[in-house]
Amino acid sequence: MTDAPKIELNGLAKSFGDKHVLRGIDLSVGQRESVVIIGGSGTGKSVMLKCILGLLGSDKGSVKIDGKDATNLSGSALDAHQAKFGMLFQGSALFDSLPVWHNVAFKLAQQPGISRKEAKARAIETLASVGLSPDVGDIYPAELSGGMQKRVALARAIAAKPEIIFFDEPTTGLDPIMADVINELIVKCVREVGATAISITHDMASARKIADRIAMLYEGRIIWQGSKENIDRSGNPYVDQFINGRAEGPIKMQVRKL
Amino acid sequence: MNPLAIIGRSFLDFLTVVGVLARFSIRSVKHCVIPPFYLRQTAKQFIDIGDYSLPVVGLTALFTGMVLALQSHTGFSRFDAESAIPTVVVLSITRELGPVMAGLMVAGRIGAAIAAELGTMRVTEQIDALTTLSTNPFKYLIAPRLIAGTLMLPILVLVSDVIGVFGGFFVCVYELQFNAANYISQTWEFLESSDVTSGLWKAAAFGFIITLMGCYHGFNSRGGAQGVGKATTNAVVSASILILVVNYLLTGLFFAGK
Ligand SMILES: Nc1ncnc2c1ncn2[C@@H]1O[C@H](COP(=O)(O)OP(=O)(O)OP(=O)(O)O)[C@@H](O)[C@H]1O
Ligand SMILES: [Mg+2]
Repeated sequence: MTDAPKIELNGLAKSFGDKHVLRGIDLSVGQRESVVIIGGSGTGKSVMLKCILGLLGSDKGSVKIDGKDATNLSGSALDAHQAKFGMLFQGSALFDSLPVWHNVAFKLAQQPGISRKEAKARAIETLASVGLSPDVGDIYPAELSGGMQKRVALARAIAAKPEIIFFDEPTTGLDPIMADVINELIVKCVREVGATAISITHDMASARKIADRIAMLYEGRIIWQGSKENIDRSGNPYVDQFINGRAEGPIKMQVRKL
Repeated sequence: MNPLAIIGRSFLDFLTVVGVLARFSIRSVKHCVIPPFYLRQTAKQFIDIGDYSLPVVGLTALFTGMVLALQSHTGFSRFDAESAIPTVVVLSITRELGPVMAGLMVAGRIGAAIAAELGTMRVTEQIDALTTLSTNPFKYLIAPRLIAGTLMLPILVLVSDVIGVFGGFFVCVYELQFNAANYISQTWEFLESSDVTSGLWKAAAFGFIITLMGCYHGFNSRGGAQGVGKATTNAVVSASILILVVNYLLTGLFFAGK
């Protein structure tokens, strides 16, 4: 079954009340592929990731992992499903009652036969790979800057070496140099660990660096997808407007003139 | 609108809440008895609950015992029944006031703290993050709190029984010139072990109710700081009401036919 795409979405739909956020997403992500999702704020990118993870139930459509159906699972099937993923949350979602090292080594520390000391040593290693010094390990997340929290969250997502990693805006709030370090780290993660990745970003430089393929989400559907080389000649006015960051174009922002 | 429809609607809403709550409790209790257990978390909750509550519970019990002695003295001295005061104090404290006062105080202290903590974890996506790190939030967050609450409250109530009786003793001996040795022997004279144990069973039930309400409202909170505030209030109010209702039911159950 190695030919089956790692992740396959068919007509995935999700509404909150009468607010239709996802209206039928069709997307397939190959084994070890890195796909970047772009799209305006509030178009449902984060919701899509949560539906795949099973954190939110979907209304219609299906999610398949390795060709096997994984739509709206529950109980131990859901636990097994979620164990395959690592996720960097948009708001970091660090456990504020635990020191940084324990956040990073959270999954590892729970495995039987791993001592706290070992787990901590591994956490410190992972922290080093996101450019954080060992003494950061002993402080609490609330004492870190926003960018440092993001890097800790990244370290936590990759520490357990999951099969599939979701990065929700990994470089937002970082300085350009650190953003590039993180981009490289994501690329390395995907290449070396052999993970499949979906990343969300608004930063086109980052998208070009991370992606094998880019897909654009607009009004609850994927309106364009293609290799990153083709994004500049997509011929799609929505994509053109988005990647060039123009206020004028087919995408209308819901703002009133002052 | 048709008044019947309003009554029907609210009744159905009520049934829905009861159903959801019942499912939540069953799921929580299931995770309290099925391994794996998070012993470190459970121990931490024991310390937190005991540590937070002992001062308030002790102080409440002391003044309850004192005022009880004072009030019954005003009443009983009118028909020369002062010798019944020790019995009245000890029975009221162990059977009713000890568990109920402690329950209400702990609901305000621990129920609110649990709801605020879990509510914050919910709205900052920390609970979602737990599941992506292969940790069931029911096991990691809820079970330790339920276990600690249910076992800790009887201990607190036992302590508060002693303090409450001491409060009555203090007032009678130093304010009302009772003989200390007589007071103590009269305290023991009519006290049955069922008076104390029924109070402790009540305490266990209240501990369960308080932590369950805190967990339920915190776990299901939504919508930022305001949502957390609402969850906290709801946890305290619902726990307090349930404590009073369950107290009545348990009293009926324990002392029926006596
Ligand atoms: N739990 C929820 N309840 C109700 N509505 C929600 C919920 N989660 C998300 N939404 C709505 O779904 C829409 C999409 O949200 P989402 O967080 O996926 O946006 P996004 O594409 O990730 O945006 P951004 O780039 O700003 O992060 C928003 O309009 C939001 O209001
Ligand atoms: Mg988002």
